[in-house]
Amino acid sequence: MSEHRHVILSLIDRHHQQLLAEWLACQKRDARIADPQREKEIAGLAGRFLDQLRRGAIAQADDIQMAEWQPVREVLEDLSRDRAIQGFSPSETAIFVFSLKEPLFALLRREFAIDADRLARETWTASRLIDRLGLYTIESYARVREEVITRQQQELLELSTPVVELWDGILALPLIGTLDSARTQIVMESLLQRIVTSGAEIAIIDITGVPTVDTLVAQHLIKTISAARLMGADCILSGIRPQIAQTIVHLGLELNVVSKATMADALALALRRANKTIIDREPSAATRT
Amino acid sequence: MPTESDETMPLRTSDDVVRVRQAVRARAVSAGFSLVDQTKLVTAASEVGRNTVDYGGGGTLRIEVVSNGRRRGVRLTFTDQGPGIADLTLAMKDGYTSGSGLGLGLGGAKRLSNEFDIRSAPGQGTIVTLARWT
Repeated sequence: MSEHRHVILSLIDRHHQQLLAEWLACQKRDARIADPQREKEIAGLAGRFLDQLRRGAIAQADDIQMAEWQPVREVLEDLSRDRAIQGFSPSETAIFVFSLKEPLFALLRREFAIDADRLARETWTASRLIDRLGLYTIESYARVREEVITRQQQELLELSTPVVELWDGILALPLIGTLDSARTQIVMESLLQRIVTSGAEIAIIDITGVPTVDTLVAQHLIKTISAARLMGADCILSGIRPQIAQTIVHLGLELNVVSKATMADALALALRRANKTIIDREPSAATRT
Repeated sequence: MPTESDETMPLRTSDDVVRVRQAVRARAVSAGFSLVDQTKLVTAASEVGRNTVDYGGGGTLRIEVVSNGRRRGVRLTFTDQGPGIADLTLAMKDGYTSGSGLGLGLGGAKRLSNEFDIRSAPGQGTIVTLARWT
């Protein structure tokens, strides 16, 4: 069987110039390319693709995951990366590979015109090969898109976890939304980092904006609080709403931390601990200044 | 017992757990749950759902809004084809975990629900059914 498959690749080798010309014509027609710049770019990629197909010592056409297909896969990965970043659709990307079918089948037809059985066999092999390469292109495209999404998520994570300094030596960390593990990691790091840089001794963690506190969230909170304590900062947990408090009790969670219902209460406690007081100004003093 | 709505959603990744929480909350609101009941049910769903993902290797959640004539409720059925649980009594015990969690998830979920049932055997997967009523 491997001999048959090899036949296709050696055919491509022998007729590569003609194949490339026909392939580019097909792409131009199928993908409706009008921009000369893009046409040049595609011609470059197509040339590279065929060159790799010809040059590689490829004996097997049924498994493109094999090491000998590596250079060919790289061309497709480059294509997918460019297309995904430039905002092309998956079909616009995959058409690059699929449009090779027409000229390749024509080539096989010319080669095996007298042997119908052989022609059918080779066409099937070629068709499967191109399908695989096309699917690989789509997969790499999806992978790049996922990378972009992951990066954006990461950026969002950092945006949404600010550590603010409420007073000299008093930090606040208002948590909002889902405390999944990736986000909690960043929260923890940024809080600990700020404790180091500011030398704060009190950190208020506010969970008013956290919709669900389950055991995983609690575990993350406990770890953050313990780590902060090791660095010399005491934590105060604030913003525990009644329904969350009841749920925590039912879960059987022991949060060994001072907690307050609101951020204002927590700040008042923090100021007391820092030996600061907030007093009302004398009315007469207010009018005088 | 008439069923008012019935849907099934996948539970494969921790992102699915987030979606499950949102879906369960939406159903609990539509069933007329109070804020406390909503939160309890959502938290129970979060605990069991995460177990399905982390220990059961992923599975599905069926969410039903049911009514017994006087009260409405939400019933959740978590199904996975994972390794199963050999000792259910031990698994339900507070503080016991085979992983790295706090070991309060299953017991906590039971305390947060009105009805709780767990069926499992080694190699047979796990089915957890829990319900909460208004």
